[in-house]
Amino acid sequence: MQLCCFLSLSLPRAGLKQGPSEHIDNDHETSLPRPKWNNKAEYLLTCIGFAVGVGNVWRFPYLCQIYGGGAFLIPYLIALVFQGLPLLYLELAIGQRLRMGSIGVWNSISPYLGGVGVASMVVSFCVSLFYNTIVAWVLWYLFNSFQEPLPWSQCPLNHNNTGYVEECVESTPVNYFWYRKTLNITPNMETSGSLQWWMVVSLATAWSIVYICFIRGIETIGKAVYVTATFPYLVLTIFLVRALTLPGAYEGLIYLFTWEILKNPQVWLDAATQIFFSLSVAFGGLISFSSYNNQKNNCEKDAVLVGVINSATSIYASIPIFAILGFKAHTNYVSCLNGNILALTNDFDISDMNITVENYEQWFDSLNGTHPSRVSDLNLKTCDLQTFLDQSASGTGLAFIVFTEAVISMPGSQVWAVLFFIMLFSLGLSSMFGNLEGVLTPLHDLKLVPKWMPNELFTAIICLLLFLMALIFCLGSGNYWLEIFNSYVGSVPFLIIAFFEIIAVAYIYGIGRFSDDLEFMTGHRPNIFWKVCWLVISPLMLFVVLVAYVAVQAQTPPTYAAWNPDYVNFPDTEVLPYPDWVFAICVLLSSVPVISIPLVAIYRLICCMSGRHSKDSLHNDPNPYANEDYVVERARP
Amino acid sequence: MISYVFWGSLALSGIKEGMLVWILFLLCQVGAPALAQDLCQRDAPNGYKVRISLKTALGEDAYEWNQSEMFFFQATMAFAMRRHFQMETYNVDNIILCVQTSRVSFWFVVTSPDNTTMLIPKADVEKAVRMSRHRINNAFLLSDRTLEFLGIYPTLAAPVNPDTPPWLIVFGVVIGAVCVGIIALLISSLLQKRRKEKGMTEDGQDEEDMQVKGVENGINLDGTYNRGFTDDDRFTKL
Repeated sequence: MQLCCFLSLSLPRAGLKQGPSEHIDNDHETSLPRPKWNNKAEYLLTCIGFAVGVGNVWRFPYLCQIYGGGAFLIPYLIALVFQGLPLLYLELAIGQRLRMGSIGVWNSISPYLGGVGVASMVVSFCVSLFYNTIVAWVLWYLFNSFQEPLPWSQCPLNHNNTGYVEECVESTPVNYFWYRKTLNITPNMETSGSLQWWMVVSLATAWSIVYICFIRGIETIGKAVYVTATFPYLVLTIFLVRALTLPGAYEGLIYLFTWEILKNPQVWLDAATQIFFSLSVAFGGLISFSSYNNQKNNCEKDAVLVGVINSATSIYASIPIFAILGFKAHTNYVSCLNGNILALTNDFDISDMNITVENYEQWFDSLNGTHPSRVSDLNLKTCDLQTFLDQSASGTGLAFIVFTEAVISMPGSQVWAVLFFIMLFSLGLSSMFGNLEGVLTPLHDLKLVPKWMPNELFTAIICLLLFLMALIFCLGSGNYWLEIFNSYVGSVPFLIIAFFEIIAVAYIYGIGRFSDDLEFMTGHRPNIFWKVCWLVISPLMLFVVLVAYVAVQAQTPPTYAAWNPDYVNFPDTEVLPYPDWVFAICVLLSSVPVISIPLVAIYRLICCMSGRHSKDSLHNDPNPYANEDYVVERARP
Repeated sequence: MISYVFWGSLALSGIKEGMLVWILFLLCQVGAPALAQDLCQRDAPNGYKVRISLKTALGEDAYEWNQSEMFFFQATMAFAMRRHFQMETYNVDNIILCVQTSRVSFWFVVTSPDNTTMLIPKADVEKAVRMSRHRINNAFLLSDRTLEFLGIYPTLAAPVNPDTPPWLIVFGVVIGAVCVGIIALLISSLLQKRRKEKGMTEDGQDEEDMQVKGVENGINLDGTYNRGFTDDDRFTKL
């Protein structure tokens, strides 16, 4: 179908190398061949590891919980098929064909859209900052899981050993360990607090581990992903088996698989954003990974495989998570009832263990009938299993508060805690590979690396720089800053970048040329489904999601939840508005990464209009009349 | 003891006085329990309530709480008082129990060994119980939680504070392994590069000769690609 020709914009297009692939590999100035994957499995595992991250474990189950599992899966799968898979295929294809990182690729497609690559790199840089801090927190909990008893299972004593620390008693030991012992969080954002040395130590460990995996580029990454990409599945299976045998698991799973009518339109927005952020498109990492591939690789199969495995992992992970949440709700319910039983037994001097969880209702009714005033004086708590099941949490709250509490009640808690945090660490580490790759490969392509500097040193410098910048998250107020980065950098910029990516390939590069490239790589032209998605459905969906997301964000007041022990309603978190200077930073974080898109376009336009002065080092402008034989002769001493 | 008093008083003061003393003594015997009842009552100012949860502590192995167990409790409390005060010899009779319920819970007061009408103040009883709490618990196979003295809070167990926090040990192991790995990989990269450079200088001459040969009639495919003959209609400059 030649629909593409009418739709392609009439901007002068940059030329693309069409010659045999071998010479495109060589970087002419340094004569280093482009790195290659050892085998297809390493490439696939790396892409899967990048896509499957901590969000699959702690965001997807939460969304299932608040919308009802069955109700959420439908928009989720629709978004996967019509938005996720086309974007994934597109990124893998252009990376494989053009064999460059994100900046090089977008410059090649259209120099006016070179800003998309720069935006990808900046966003990957910002995400690497806070994502590895989360990995550092996971490491901290992992290190602390090797103790008996677990440090978050009991409150510590106060100074003179007369009682427990008040903050811990008022909230829970798990909350206290997270907010005080781990974060040492300040009551609000204005107070920055000091650097928490234990956090700095954990962060240094996290960055060291990332560095050692990146030392030799994809050679070491390829080895590392054999472990980091597969280990989470092993742990999830172990947890699945364990969780299904726990009491209360059944109630938790029922809760997950409830079917509700899709009443809430918000569910479509959340499904679309979840699939989008889950697949890690628009980071530039996937483009980089596929650029190390052989050109004659079937990237269509790869894209479908990665997308389907990512979603399947989310669904598979939510089963043990929900079983364990059900177990936790059951445990809380039983301990709530036991508290009431003890109060009744002590007050009415009933024989020990006469009132049990089973006959509590009858005893309560009879006692309330005979002595209602005494019973009401006892201030018994209302224990409802549904209320405990409704307590949902996502993100760090799920991992570090809810799950750690559940683990305490499981027999052999150290083992389960260690397994869980190693799994989270593997998930985070394999995603970090993609994040950092999205930063390093464009920098290599931009030829910003001095020739004398070996790759190892350059990677070390970047890792050190990121570590030093991430020290801001080790302050007392670090968690608040991380939430800001997560909400403002890790959301809207990606949607904008992805939108421009798909417009660039579908309309500026042209579907016809893209189909030719795909035919060259995979052996067949893309079928009508892909074409329709790239041309119409995916850009439309992305645009609608972007507008809806921004609209929803604009309506929610910019507030954050602060942990303040002096708050009146402690242990509830205090909802505070962002200070003005912080809000300005939020706006900057959202806009600065994407500002490069129009800036580069304007810059190129000015350059183009002011004359044929394209000194584009990235362009690799092939002079059709340069015969390389003479170049070599001149170079000989 | 009663018989000694009886015979002693008879012998000492003659039959008439003896009869008087005997009547007085009988009255005391009748009145003593009543007096003891007055001393020990619910919410007694110098008494403590004890609460025992046998089934919670022992489950299937729970023993029955009967009069023998009550006597054992009296003996244990007497022991605790003796251990604390050391000079005074407390006896089972000095521990008075009352208000027993099926919970199991009861009140007790402690009388002085010298004067059975005088109660030992609450604070002293508390000190004695605190001192021997562990022994009292073990006597009944119970714990601080299942043998409660309402009003006497158990001292909290001192936390086990190892000199090096365990997490530092794990961290040390991990960071040591990572550092060793980094150094090993860097050294091996360096060695590889040195080896490659040595190899390059040896056959560098051969490579240049090969490249000069070029393409002849397109048969020798090892030559360089001459872009002068590409179809460059598709290339448009910016």
